[in-house]
Amino acid sequence: MEIGLPHLLFVSTALFFIGAYGFLTRRNMITMLMAVELMLNAVNINFVAFNKYLWGGKLDGVFFTIFIIAIAAAETAVAIAIIIHIYRDHSNIDVEDADSLKF
Amino acid sequence: MSPISIALIPLLPLASFLLLGLFGKRFFSKSGGIIGTLSLLMSTTLSLLTAYNYFFVSGKVDGVYQKIEVLKFTWLEFSPGVSVDMGLLLDPISVLMLVVVTIVSLMVHVYSLGYMKGEERFTTYYAFLSLFTFSMLSLVISTNIFQIYFFWELVGISSFMLIGFHFDRPSALAAAKKAFIVTRFADLGFLIGILILSFHAETLDFKTLIERLTTASPQLHSATAASFLGLSALTWGLLLVFMGGAGKSAMFPLHIWLPDAMEGPTPVSALIHAATMVVAGVYLVARLFPVFAISCPAALEVVAYVGAVSSLFAAVIACTQTDIKRVLAYSTMSQIGYMMFALGVSGYGGEHGLGFTASMFHLFTHAMFKALLFLGAGAVIHYVHSNEMGDMGGLRKKMPVTHLTFLIACLAIAGVPPLSGFFSKEEILTAAFHSNKLIYGVALFTAGLTAFYMFRLYFSIFWKKEYKDLHEDTKTQSEHHHGEAPFTMKLPLMILGVLAIVTGFIPFGEFVSSNGAALHSEFHLSLAIAPIAFGLVGIFIALRMYKSESTLPARVAGSFRGFYQSAYHKFYFDELYLFVTKRIIFNLIGRPAAWVDKNVVNGLVDASGLFAQDGSEELSVWQSGKVQAYGIWFLIGVIAMVVVFVFLTP
Repeated sequence: MEIGLPHLLFVSTALFFIGAYGFLTRRNMITMLMAVELMLNAVNINFVAFNKYLWGGKLDGVFFTIFIIAIAAAETAVAIAIIIHIYRDHSNIDVEDADSLKF
Repeated sequence: MSPISIALIPLLPLASFLLLGLFGKRFFSKSGGIIGTLSLLMSTTLSLLTAYNYFFVSGKVDGVYQKIEVLKFTWLEFSPGVSVDMGLLLDPISVLMLVVVTIVSLMVHVYSLGYMKGEERFTTYYAFLSLFTFSMLSLVISTNIFQIYFFWELVGISSFMLIGFHFDRPSALAAAKKAFIVTRFADLGFLIGILILSFHAETLDFKTLIERLTTASPQLHSATAASFLGLSALTWGLLLVFMGGAGKSAMFPLHIWLPDAMEGPTPVSALIHAATMVVAGVYLVARLFPVFAISCPAALEVVAYVGAVSSLFAAVIACTQTDIKRVLAYSTMSQIGYMMFALGVSGYGGEHGLGFTASMFHLFTHAMFKALLFLGAGAVIHYVHSNEMGDMGGLRKKMPVTHLTFLIACLAIAGVPPLSGFFSKEEILTAAFHSNKLIYGVALFTAGLTAFYMFRLYFSIFWKKEYKDLHEDTKTQSEHHHGEAPFTMKLPLMILGVLAIVTGFIPFGEFVSSNGAALHSEFHLSLAIAPIAFGLVGIFIALRMYKSESTLPARVAGSFRGFYQSAYHKFYFDELYLFVTKRIIFNLIGRPAAWVDKNVVNGLVDASGLFAQDGSEELSVWQSGKVQAYGIWFLIGVIAMVVVFVFLTP
């Protein structure tokens, strides 16, 4: 069977909702961060897939993907820094305990 | 003359204002007066050169003096043709005013060097004087009716600041506020008048405006066709413009600020409230004179009657006042009334334009002798330290220069030949005689009253009794005899004294007339006899009553008791205005308006604030700080939007 655009879109959608589910249910911030990465990668797969099947001769989607990976790495660094600070403050990284950022 | 050197006439005082106003206290605390005086000396020289050049070299084309726009640039354009320009307009009356303003202002600058010496805010005083001079000079050379309004307000504010110069005295503060509010109220009329005139004439430029409103043009037709309350738009416009002029010139019934304005330093009174600013109203009417005379004689008639009433009214009050500066203030009002009705009775062009020439002539001579009177009064006040006539008397031996110059000025204002006031007053009376006998009668009677109150003042200051210093015991010998006055104060008195004698001999009709062509006014001996006789009778009565101490004045006052009392209280006009403002306007309009403001307007503002506060307090419950809860709500929101936009929209 030829692997076509619908298959790839199915994978990316599945990946996205797995990430969303993880983000909403996990209490550990590191795990939540990983879930966010899953969602980002779902987007990346979409970009690459659409690029390949709809505008085959072009590279725009690929470039977007590369930029997203780079920025996601930077974001992760920032997020981990925040998490480390929260750990120093709360002695754990449970997201339920980190609720003081409000009016 | 190049435009630059003419533009420098107002710009030099502006420069000295900026210099003294910004850096005066720190760098020029001693030399501020000298700087102001020198810059004005240059302005005066330039304006005299300009006047010579205009009147004798370049101003005349085919025997008619032209309106020359030396410099003009568009400053604010509303629509093509309607713009606020800044520029320099030279014509006989603006050149005349340049000369009057610079000469009087220079004299006042020099005089103040002595008079204001040792004053704490000496440089500030000179900065304000410079600001005033700049604004007044720019006012008179305006090319545009909006430009004149602009500088009109600037002279108003500098007058306000100079009246309130001694702001630690509550009376000076009150007087400054009163002057500002009354003239500002009148200026409201002026502004509306400008808008009406320019709306119909479709221009703000003087030259075009006058041209359009004096010839049969569509603009003139539209201005006369539109009417409101039975008067045409043109009449309304001119009357409202005249209201502004009447406020600035202290014409009845907007005169109440002028006597109080005497709270300012005396040289300021001489400059602003006698010689220059208060004649701005006359100047304004003269500037628009062709429109008044050709297109709207009804408005001109109003000018005539307001002028005549003011001149008589003020002369009567002047006879009863005891503060020497107030006497002079009412005398100023009376003389400006003369100028106003001279314009009012005048026609346009040729022999009929005699009133116009006479008015400008009187403006010129009056500026000289009234400035002299005020400066002389200032010297007396400087010596006596009091404004009250009762504290003076017998000063002629102590102050010989002041005495002589004051006498010259009194003779000039009383119209005794051959001093300057005689010639200008005679011309005014001739003009009135030929056009309106009622006004002629009023003017003649006023001339007699003028002579009476001026000599009442003169005899009370310089004769009457031996001078006794009231503060003699409390002072040491060295403090006491500071002499008559420093040289800087005597010099302007002497110069103005000479000018008050000689200016009458200028053949004024040759230079200034309603249409620019020379007017050869003839001297009518038969018409000159009556004013001289009235003047001499006035002087004689004053001589009998006030030359030496007697009970005669009190007895005369007693026999006209009611009338004397009401004149002494200025016919209760201040009380009337206070009643109208405090009781009627404040209670019926001010307080309800304040209530509406406090409860309705402020209430709406408060309500919007409260709504935002309460609403946000309700909403803040939703902010839990829990990231995952936000995430769920966000997801629900996105899904809801997808449902709505993808599946529910057709």
